[in-house]
This record gives sequence, C-alpha cells and structure tokens, in this order.
Amino acid sequence: MMEITEIEEEAALDNIKSGERIDDRDLKEFRDIEVVTGVAKKAEGSAKVVLGDTKVIVGVKFGLGEPFPDTPDEGMLMVNAELGPMASPDFESGPPGKDATELARVIDRGLRECEAIPLEELCIEEGEKVWKVMVDIHVLDHDGNLMDASALGAIKALKEAEMPGYEDGEVLRDEGEDFEVLKTPIACTIGKVDDKYIVDPGLVEEEVVDGMVTVTWTEEELCSLQKRGNGGFQKEELLEIFELAKEKSSELRKFI
Amino acid sequence: MSEDKELLKDGKRIDGRAKDELRDMEAEAGILKRADGSGYFRMGGTEVIASVFGPRELHPKHKQKPQRGIIQCRYNLAPFSVDDRKRPGPSRRGKEIGKVAEGALSSIVFLEEFPTATIDVYMEVISADAGTRCVALNAGAIALADAGIPMKGLISSCAAGKIEDTPVLDLKGEEDKDGQVDLPIAMNIETGEITLLQMDGMTDIDEMDKMLDLAIDGCEKVAEKQREALMETFGDKK
Repeated sequence: MMEITEIEEEAALDNIKSGERIDDRDLKEFRDIEVVTGVAKKAEGSAKVVLGDTKVIVGVKFGLGEPFPDTPDEGMLMVNAELGPMASPDFESGPPGKDATELARVIDRGLRECEAIPLEELCIEEGEKVWKVMVDIHVLDHDGNLMDASALGAIKALKEAEMPGYEDGEVLRDEGEDFEVLKTPIACTIGKVDDKYIVDPGLVEEEVVDGMVTVTWTEEELCSLQKRGNGGFQKEELLEIFELAKEKSSELRKFI
Repeated sequence: MSEDKELLKDGKRIDGRAKDELRDMEAEAGILKRADGSGYFRMGGTEVIASVFGPRELHPKHKQKPQRGIIQCRYNLAPFSVDDRKRPGPSRRGKEIGKVAEGALSSIVFLEEFPTATIDVYMEVISADAGTRCVALNAGAIALADAGIPMKGLISSCAAGKIEDTPVLDLKGEEDKDGQVDLPIAMNIETGEITLLQMDGMTDIDEMDKMLDLAIDGCEKVAEKQREALMETFGDKK
C-alpha cells in the first residue's frame, strides 16, 4: 500500500505556507494537462484527461428511456462515476461510495444548472420515449483533483459526441450527427491553507488543506459550488475564491 | 421550470414572509434515551431528528486515523417524509449530503482528543419541505452538544436562494422547486467560518455576496434557537 505518510503531509503543508508546492509549481498553477478525444471507440463521445499523474476517461452513451413523470417532454442526463480499485490502493470494489457519489453529482449539477444540454430537444414522444444521455466517469489513476479532471473530461466528451439516429423505436448507431452542447461549464477547485490559495490540489495537498471549494463557471455565470473537506471559510475568502476560479477556469476552457 | 407561479407579491412570499425572514423554528435537546446525544429541529414544514453515538471504536479498523477521530454522518429521508413515498435505503443524494455534513461538523469537534475513534451522527428527516440538509445539521449539532462532545462552537445552518431574480432567505418547498438558486450554508457562529457551502443555479459574485449575507444572518438566528434548546436541557444543572 502506498499510503500517504505524515512526512509527506508535513512537507506539502510547509511548502504551501511558504508559498511553494511539493512539485515545484506556483500556488496558482495547474499541473500539465492533456486532453485526448475518441479514446473509446464504442462510445458516442469520449475523452481522456491527464492532469499531472491523474488520469480519467469519460465516455458518453445515448440510449432510449421513459421520461421522468415530472418532465415528460425532456430527455434525461445521467452522470455516474466509478472509483475502481485500479486507480488507488484506497479504492474498493463495490457500489459507489460517498466520494464517487459526490464526484458524479457535482459534475451533474455543473452540466444541469447551466442547461448545457438542451434536454427538451431530446424528447422523441412526450411521456413515452426520450433520449438518455449517460456520462460515465472512469478514474484510472487518482493523484488528486479528480473533480476538475472529470468535469473537463465530461464536457469534452459531450462536445465530441455524435448523436445516433432514431427510427421505429431503434437506435441507429451507424448514423450520427453532431450533438449540440449549449454551454461550457468548467469546474475549478481551489484549496486554502491559512491565507494562501492553491489551484489544482494534488493527492497529498487534498489531505492537508483547510478546505476546498469546487467552483463551476460557464463563460459568464457561476452555476455550481461545493465546499469540500473539513475546514471552513470566511465569506470574504469565498468571494476571492469565486473570482480566482473564474480566472483560472479560462485556462482549462482552452482544452475544450 | 415553470414560471407561471407567482412566488413574490408586494415584497411578500407565498407564506407571507419577508425576503429576509426565516420560517418559524422549534428546537429540543435530549429526546432519545439510547443514543449518547440527540436533538430535534424544525423549520416550517421540515423536521429532523438526530442522534449521536460515540466517540466509539471505528470499524473497519483500516479506516481508523492514528492521530484523530472522525465524524461519520448518515442522512436519511424517511419514506413518509415526502409526497410520493420514498423507497427506503440509501440514495445518491443522501450519500452526498452525508459527506458534506461530515465536512460541516468535523471542524468544530476536538477530534484530536479521540484518536482511532468515530463519532456517528444519524439524521432522520421526518418531514421534508426544503432545506432538509440545513435542518438536519441544526438537529445534528444539538445532538453533538447533548452527547457532551467537546466542541469549539456550534454549527448552525440555513439556506438562501433566488426567486424571481430576488435574493431571499430560507426557501420552502414551492420556492425551492420553482426558484433560480439554492444556496445552503452552515457556519460556526463563534468564528464566522462557513463549513458547508453548496450552490446550484445561475448567479454571479455580486449576487452571491448578497445571498451569503442573508444566509449568515439566518444562521445567527438559528444559533439562538439551538442555544435556547440546550439551555433548557442543561441550564439548571451545574
């Protein structure tokens, strides 16, 4: 088991306090980012995001389903995350736990609240049949900040997706047209130690920060927030964090 | 989202409240016998009972932290707490709320005093009319205090939001459903630290500033109610 040692935690903390990072980054610098699309041939859209040593694959599949009773004329968006045992010695097989559930739901809300996916256009027959857009996040290697990497992969995979055709109750996967995505929500996680803020917390840093906030911005609007970890924030600190996340999310947006 | 329903009329809300007004509240400490601590909190039509067990040994052992204890939260909607019966058992939503509740409560407890232990907080929503996670935390914080867990302060929680482009405090069911923004927070009143923050909806920084001010004021009023309940139980004893 590669557990995080106390020495590593202390080093990460001392570095941040003196304005440095254990991997020699600036406080407000992302690790190297690489985004590749078309990594899963059977998926209608897919993307792999490499953020430092964190690796995530996101696949988008379309299917047919019955709409929810309260939205009979809207398609369905489903986001699911798997933190499988291959990605970390701390992950176990089995149904999604709290971490995987939080990951999926924060990304779901980022996409849903800004109406990035025009769900009312995904209705085939009101109350009977609609398209389901299923976004699956598979974490391959967990080296911190799964949130930002997965959110980036999700929006990239959706933007790359080809929507299959439909005829007489059948999905025609050979026919495809570009899938329409209206907004580009980008999640950016900011960590805090005393009066210092860090962007893109790594695995050890996530353990030592006072707390983190995952902030999701579209091009202009703030559409989702999630405070994570155990600490707390003063209101003024939060407002600074929202601003910083807006600025830094524009760097991630370049990969879309 | 339906926009036909009028949520604000002459500055008043559907239940007659002002924009910065909380629903009526009720709080009680020590309502269950077997639990180490328990609490009840009601805000309008939302009611939660919470119980605390521990500090006690954490299982499985590999989850134990050698330096400190942990807090584990379970948030559950009772099947009869909502309009259409909720199927019993864990939901994705409940799991996530359990996690953010742990994040909200952990910072106020002196966890370093309880290495390898767990403090379990169980929050059962008896009736739901929006703001269930906030009311759950309010009941949970009372239960922690009732259990005699050493704490740096009290956690108090409420939500702000936006309806018809107007920031308001403490959404009730219809407002939450047809509103534009929901912003639940929890804070340590002693230090002003916000330990739970979630938001969905479309907004900007200026609006966040206003909604946070509303929610912070709301949390202070919630704290008064929690303290009253604790004083009622413990006030006379020395």
